[in-house]
Order: sequence, then structure tokens, then C-alpha cells
Amino acid sequence: MNLTWDNTLPLFFMAVMGLALLAYVVLDGYDLGVGILLPFASDEEKDVMVSSIGPFWDANETWLVLGIGVLLIAFPLAHGIVLSALYLPVAIMLLGLTLRGVSFDFRVKARAARKDMWNRLFSLGSVVTAMAQGWMLGSYLTGFGFDAISLAFSAGIALTLPTAYAMLGAGWLIMKTGDTLQLKAVHWARRVLWPMGITLVGISLATPLVSHTVFERWFAMPQFLGLLPIPVACAVAFFAAFQVITKPKIVAAGYGWIVFASTVLIFVLAFIGLAYSLYPYIVIDRLTVWQAASATKSLIFIFVGVAITLPAIIVYTVFMYRVFWGRASALTYGPGG
Amino acid sequence: MDTLLLSRIQFAANISFHILFPTINIALCWFLVYFRLRRGAAKDKAAAQDWEEAYYLWTKIFALTFALGVVSGITMSFQFGTNWPGYMEKAGNIAGPLLGYEVLTAFFLEATFLGVMLFGRGRVSDRVHMVATLMVAAGTTLSAFWILSLNSWMQTPQGFEIIDGKFHATSWLEVIFNPSFPYRLAHKLLASTLTASFLIAGLSAWQILRGAANGGTPRALRAAVIAAAIAIPLQIVAGDMHGLNTLQHQPAKIAAIEGIWHTEKSAPLTLFGWPNEKEGRTDYAIQVPKLASLILAHDIDAELKGLDQFPNAHPPVAPVFWAFRVMVGVGVLMLLVSWWSAWQLRKSRASGEVPRRVLHVLTAMTFSGWVSTLAGWYVTEIGRQPFLVYGMLRTSDLVADHPSGMVLSTLIAYLATYVFLLVSYILVLMYMTGHPAQPTAQTPQSPKAATPVRGPA
Repeated sequence: MNLTWDNTLPLFFMAVMGLALLAYVVLDGYDLGVGILLPFASDEEKDVMVSSIGPFWDANETWLVLGIGVLLIAFPLAHGIVLSALYLPVAIMLLGLTLRGVSFDFRVKARAARKDMWNRLFSLGSVVTAMAQGWMLGSYLTGFGFDAISLAFSAGIALTLPTAYAMLGAGWLIMKTGDTLQLKAVHWARRVLWPMGITLVGISLATPLVSHTVFERWFAMPQFLGLLPIPVACAVAFFAAFQVITKPKIVAAGYGWIVFASTVLIFVLAFIGLAYSLYPYIVIDRLTVWQAASATKSLIFIFVGVAITLPAIIVYTVFMYRVFWGRASALTYGPGG
Repeated sequence: MDTLLLSRIQFAANISFHILFPTINIALCWFLVYFRLRRGAAKDKAAAQDWEEAYYLWTKIFALTFALGVVSGITMSFQFGTNWPGYMEKAGNIAGPLLGYEVLTAFFLEATFLGVMLFGRGRVSDRVHMVATLMVAAGTTLSAFWILSLNSWMQTPQGFEIIDGKFHATSWLEVIFNPSFPYRLAHKLLASTLTASFLIAGLSAWQILRGAANGGTPRALRAAVIAAAIAIPLQIVAGDMHGLNTLQHQPAKIAAIEGIWHTEKSAPLTLFGWPNEKEGRTDYAIQVPKLASLILAHDIDAELKGLDQFPNAHPPVAPVFWAFRVMVGVGVLMLLVSWWSAWQLRKSRASGEVPRRVLHVLTAMTFSGWVSTLAGWYVTEIGRQPFLVYGMLRTSDLVADHPSGMVLSTLIAYLATYVFLLVSYILVLMYMTGHPAQPTAQTPQSPKAATPVRGPA
């Protein structure tokens, strides 16, 4: 393949889109997970939980806008096909995101008697969003199939993605909180770790079965050997998370972050596996990245923007995480906590 | 109803709901910057405390408004693909990069620094916090820049060529700075200033009437009334220039606004009437001879093109005609109220008591900015029909052919959610302003803070 703007820019934007969506899934994943876990906490704990994600959720959600934005900018043809095929789950996800995002703010500003209602809408919105995203992923992988197997596959992911987000959320809370809430978070992590692990294995095994293309990419020698590190590393990360949450001493010794880190690692590995399965398609079996790409001139124009702003975005995102580093405390708009 | 109409209603509902919140926040953020600066420059402790209280209350309102703007904005970014895939297929080469620059330069900036601005005051220095606030303000304004550039390009497209039915940019500068963009941007930024000003003035007035005011309330009220009094004449000038620009590039829109059915010289200005599209005339018209030519072309004898010149290529007349009159009517009301209030405030300065009738009038005008913004938005967007990209792409050719029942069901779900949220938003604004922060003796002071402010969160 010759290295020209024409054929490298679509790949570059594919990578940017993939990374933006990965960033979204990990970052919004933990705050959706906190929302999913919210009903299991006491009233005071709820406040701490929400405080722990308060400064972040807004920027986290922006990664979704970037991911979908790059799809629109770089692959307008695929944008139309994918989003109109996913019409209903997208609408449901948007309603979930809407409820989630506003309840977060309303719950502390509305009169106290309404706080419960907003808490419930916050959790409901988080669960609905997670399930809709699971459905979208399943539907995307089956090439928007409408047969019974495809629908069952999508439903399977829809039911299990919330557990993965809950695991991220629990890992986040183990890092960001202390005392009884931290213990509770460890307990929650123990509850969702196995369902998450089993379903991850299930999805990994089912994907090649529903998609012939994916099957061929994985189960051929010598690729299979080259790919082995992915499942092996997943198993190691899973084992590490398991060790930490079953031995409270490790958490008490300050290694609670391992739970979050291993869960993130599992997400990253699953993402790499997925990217490998799909490449070079942007709509599986139908449209490659090059077929869907927009005009090179447009891609160059936005490439300049990405090259300048993306590093800046990463720098100030890191700055923001440093400002709010450490244990979460009650949020206040005033000077001083 | 068919899918096209339902999709249009759905998009209109989404964008109408969305625009309410950025319209407040673009300017509100600059008000917050101003409140901060005044606190820093205050001569005595009491005044600093007052400005702190104003800042505190309006930061809370800003945060809530921001959340509503973000979630409804995310909905917008998906709607292009779910309902209008044809638009992205044909115009994606132009629309994509402009939206992309909005996300990259504005969305991340405002969303990331918002966390520091809202919750970081105890964690960073005053200066860093000020920088974060400025970044959020710059982000919201930049966001308006990009989205209005795209919107204006759809109204007055240039800087492109069409290859195989798809748009390709030939000059990005021409695309971004298309003919209607500077006018639209100025018009929108001023609209935002007015919306935020009347919201602040109205809610502050209501606070005083309810006896729930704190030290910050009269200061915020005064600042807002002055801002409105300055912005409204500028807005009238900007609106007039925008109108002249529209006449040049979209004469069919002007013809619909003015209800000019047939091309004529020295056209009269129709103040009110009942557009009768079937018969091609305005019933019960109250007209001022020759005035339309004078206002629109600044020439009493000028010829104005009528709707008959644009067969099958002009917008529906009645909604554009009425929306325009609502916008202008509210604008005139804003001029009268802001100048009268400013004068009354000046007169009562010595006593410090704002006259009650001023407070009542300002309260009544609280959401006037929303009314005129939406009305103006309908003028320009319905006025673009039947095109999506003016003169180039027809709306009806670009819609996704979903079953109408499916679009109807999502439309109902969106509408129900939006009504619920809008009612909640207004009730919570009233609750928050009715229970503002009051300084308390027990409030623990952080080492950095000179002015503790606490209240029911």
C-alpha cells in the first residue's frame, strides 16, 4: 500500500474514532457505573458517590460526541448507515443520557423532598444508557441483522454491559472513597466481577459464531498464536482484580486502585480484539474505511485541527484530574471545601 | 402524518429545546466573570460579600443550565445521522469539519474546565480558577462561532464545488466566513446577552418581591438591566443589517416575512394581517405605504421581489410572518422595559429601593429572551424551507425513510421528556432564587476564602 494522504487519512481517523470511543467507554463507563450502583447506597453515601464523579462526567461524555463526530466528519456515509440502522437504540440511549445528565444537577438543587425522585432518575438513566449501548454494540457486530440469533446476541450484550460498567464504577469508588463506602464498593465489585467475566468470555466466543468474517480473522494459524496474548492478559487482569477484592487487607494497604486499573485493562484488551476483528471494515462486511471516507481535502482540513487540539485536550484533561486527585469530598461552588 | 413532517417536527423540537440553554449560558458565563471581577475590585468587605453571593447563586443556575445544554446537544449530534443521513452523505464534506472543530476547540474546553470552575475554588489558586472560568466562557462563545458558521453556510452557501452530487470545499475561509455569518453571529450573541440579562433581572426582581433577596440581588439586577439597555439598541441595528443581508441572499424569506405576494415598487409595510397562502394575499392587512421598501432597501422607490417570483421555492408564509412579528414585538418591549427600568433605577439610586412596579414588570419579562430567540430561530429556519442547504438541497430529498410510526413514537418520548425537564427547570430556578445563600456565622472558613457563603445547596 502506498502511503498517500488518500489512503492513510481514513486510517488515522479510524484510529482517532476508536480511541475516542474507547476513552468514552472507560471514562463515562465509570460514572455510568456509579449511577448503576447508586440505589444500593445509603443517602449520605449517595452524595459522596455523586461528588466523586461531579467534576468529570461532563468532559467524559464529550468523548462520545467526539467519537460520533469523527464518524460524521471522516465517514459520513457510514454515519448515515450506522445511525439510521440503530434508530431506536440511539433514541433510547439519548433519553437515558438526558435523564442521567440533568438528574445529576437537579438532585442537589431541587427541594429536598424531590431528591429521591432525581436519584431514581439518575440510576434509571444510567442503566438505560448502558443497556442501549450494549444493544448498539451487538447490533453493530452482527451487521444490523434482524434474525433471531442476531437479536438474541444484541440482547445478551445489552443485559451484560451494565455489569461491566458497574465493575468500573465499583473500582472507581474503591479508589475515590474510604471507610464503609469503600468496603461497600469492594463488596459490589465482588458481586459483579464474575458476571462480567463470564459474559465477556461468552461474548468473545459468540462473536465469531455470529460473524463469519470475525471467525476467519481469529481462527487461523499462525494469527491465532499471535493473538493469544490478548485473552491471556485479560485472564491475568481478571485474576489481579479478583485477588484484591477478596483480600480486604490489600485494599487497606492502598492497592485498591488495582481493581480499577485491571478493569480498564480488560476494556482496552477487549477493544483491541474488537478492532482487530473489524479492520478494515467500518460497517462490517459492507463498507471499508476507504469506501466510507469523506473527501481528502476535508480530511486534511480537520487533520490539522485534530493534530493541534487533541494533545491540548489531553493535557488539560490530565490537569483537571490532578486538581481533583485523591479522595472525593463534598462538592461546593463556594471557595473552600 | 408522513415521516418527513414528523422528522422535521422532531428536529425542530430538539433544536428548540437545546437552543434555550446555550442562549442563556453564552452570556451568563461572561456575567459570572464580571461578578468575579467586581468582587475582586470591591472597596469594602460588604460589597465583596454581595458580589460573592451573586456569583454563587448564578453559578448554580449556570451549572444546571449547562447540564441541560450538554445533554440536549448530544441529542442533536446524533439526529443528523438518525433522521437526515442524506444531508451528511451529500454535504458531509463541509458540515463535518465545522462540527468537528466545534467539538475539538469548544466542547472539550468548556466541559473540562467547567469541573474546575464549579468545584475547584478550594483546590486551585484564585488566578487559576479565573483562568478556568475564562476558558469556559471562551468555550461557549467559540461553540456559538462554529455552529453558527455551519448554520449560516446552510443559509448562504459558498466556497464549494459539486462533484458527483456531493459538496466539496474549494475555500474553507469562504465556507466559514460565508455572507450571512457575521450578521448571524452578532445577532445571536446579542440575543444571548439579552436573554441572560432579562433572566437575571427578572429572577432578581422576583427575589426582592418575595423578600428572599440577599446582598447580591440588587447588584445583579442593576448589572443586568444596564447590560440589557446597552444591548437592545445594538441588537436592533444588528437585526436590521441581518435583514438587509437576507434580502440580498434569500429574497424569498424576506417576501414571506413581509407578506409580499407580488413583486412591486414602493412596497407597503404590512404591520399585521392574516396571510392567506391559498389565495396569495394577506387578509385584513394593516399597511403603511412605501415603508417596506424604505426599511428593507433604504430606498422609498425600491422594487421588492414577491413570492410569485419563487414558485415552489419559498417557505410557508404564515409561520414565518407571525414568528417575525413576535420577535420584533418582544424586541420593542425589551427596548421600552430596559430603558425605562434603567432610568427608574437611576432615579431611585439614592434610596436604594427599587420601585415595585419596576420589579413587577421585570419579573413578567423574565423569559422574554426565550420567546424572541425561538421566534427568531423559526423565522430563519422555516424561512430556509423548502431547502436544507439554500437553493441546493431540498429537505424532502434528505430524510431517512423510517416507518412514520417509529419516528412518531420517539417524537412523543422526546416531547414528554422535554416538557418534564422544562417544567422542572423553571420550578427549580424559582426554588433556588427563592432560597438563596445567606452568609452564616458558623460557616467554616477555608484559608483562602475571605467571604464564606452557604445556603441550602
